[in-house]
Amino acid sequence: MSQLSLAVDIAGLRLRNPTMNAAGVLGISGPLLKRVYEGGAGAVVTKSLGPVPREGHHNPTLVTVEGGVLNAMGLPNPGADYFVDVIRWLKGEGVPVVASFFGATIEEFRDVACTLSDAGVDALELNCSCPNVVEEMGMLGADCLNTEAVTAAVKEVAKTPVFVKLSPNVTDISEIARGAERGGADAITACNTLIGMAVDVDMRRPILANTTGGLSGPALKPVALRCVWEIAKTVDIPIIGCGGVTNWRDAVEFLLCGASAVEIGTAVMERGVEVFGMVVEGIRSYLEVNGFKEVKDIVGLAHET
Amino acid sequence: MSGSRMKPDTLRVRQLVDVTEEAGDMVSLYFRDVQCSQALPGQYVMIWVPGVDEVPMSLSTIGRRKVSSVTVRPVGEATRYICDLKAGNMVGVRGPFGNGYTLECDLPLVVAGGVGAASLTPLAESLVTRGVRPTFVLGARNEEQLVFRERLKNLLDEGLVLATDDGSCGFKGFASDCALKLMDERQFDVVYTCGPELMMALIFRSAEDRGIQVQASLERYIKCAVGLCGSCAIGPYRVCKDGPVLTTDQLKVVRDEFGLQRMDPSGQAIKVDH
Repeated sequence: MSQLSLAVDIAGLRLRNPTMNAAGVLGISGPLLKRVYEGGAGAVVTKSLGPVPREGHHNPTLVTVEGGVLNAMGLPNPGADYFVDVIRWLKGEGVPVVASFFGATIEEFRDVACTLSDAGVDALELNCSCPNVVEEMGMLGADCLNTEAVTAAVKEVAKTPVFVKLSPNVTDISEIARGAERGGADAITACNTLIGMAVDVDMRRPILANTTGGLSGPALKPVALRCVWEIAKTVDIPIIGCGGVTNWRDAVEFLLCGASAVEIGTAVMERGVEVFGMVVEGIRSYLEVNGFKEVKDIVGLAHET
Repeated sequence: MSGSRMKPDTLRVRQLVDVTEEAGDMVSLYFRDVQCSQALPGQYVMIWVPGVDEVPMSLSTIGRRKVSSVTVRPVGEATRYICDLKAGNMVGVRGPFGNGYTLECDLPLVVAGGVGAASLTPLAESLVTRGVRPTFVLGARNEEQLVFRERLKNLLDEGLVLATDDGSCGFKGFASDCALKLMDERQFDVVYTCGPELMMALIFRSAEDRGIQVQASLERYIKCAVGLCGSCAIGPYRVCKDGPVLTTDQLKVVRDEFGLQRMDPSGQAIKVDH
């Protein structure tokens, strides 16, 4: 019997298994990201990094809701230049690093990508889909032509694969994915959080300081699965599924819909950083029990007629 | 709404049943909450005041007659606003969060600096309930700032050691100096401490030299409080979830940060200055 492999190849990026942390989860600290890797992730994703340090929104920045979490952190980050040393330290520790990044303009996206690419990251994840900074950042990812343009600009300077993380808060996500692919994206991450809000009946006020926030966790999963499904039918580049993955079963669902890997975020709240190893072991058992040799054998299987 | 089955991370709004002035301009806010009445000493809650902020606060009373409290020192805009709240006003509560202190010990020394007494007073009460009588150093800048003095005196009597920086009451000098003197004079197996980080770092190093275990309650910039965002990281630990209480073994891991540097709200390292 041949050895079962959990390794995956995403646009040339070889990972020991198909799990990563979702951007924004623990990614502001090098030692915490190392802990994510030690918890079993195939690679780690940094907090979204911008051109200059940002403090983000005031608290409350997070509130739990039915089936998940709403957050409006507001992209706090120390800036891409500051994070170069953190990336180098992680690389020195043997941790594969995906740098999530953003900008307010196409030029800023390109400059930040250049800084992070030069720092030696293994891949870039272009975040044009944060729902919590719409006014400042314009949410380029809501528009097909903008997505294509920003992706193309980043691809000019990137020495590594570029993943483009898309928003579910659009009419047709597959159209945006097509724009990213035309711009030269190496993979699509689908999806970011869904815009929502929470109100308290005693205070009679919105709970989040930012009023609206991004919904993540199990409540997001059906939406994210649908996004992956539609994108898989539209583009030829790999997809990284993200949205409500809590256990191996969720992860396998994303793989079957067409994702080559998954990102896990909110589940860290209940299951800790060990969630990565648990999901990976579950995927291994699933492959084994069902007679598959490697992860890619089940990618997109649900599409077969 | 008030059911005990509700998860602690669910936000609920509680009416303040009492607001009392403490020493040194500090204020205790009392509210009824099932989850908080079952908290461990050293756990904290996030207190939300709409339009102002949501801030982490150690529980200074845990469930006495079903009422719990937080004790606030007016240091910034949000805490000053919170200190002006009155009985009848409402606050949002999330938590209790974090690990709390571990109660196993035989000869504990407790060292509180300033508002650090908030989390250590319920600890002392729990220890006494378990039949252990701690030596408790209550330190402050001057006599007027000695918070929970009567409550601790009634609980511990001779076990309470007062220390003031200016010598206006008890030991003259920092609480850490007083603690070091006690560690040289008497036998302890655990030191519990909460207060200014420079004080705690000094106590940690001194206790480490003497082979005494430490449990220190740390303060960092807490946003999510549920271990997701990482804004409160110290080394590989999340103060909001793995802490706020770190043990000697953990403090050794973060030796290069503890008492030296912390992250600002953007994630850049800044110097610990108090």
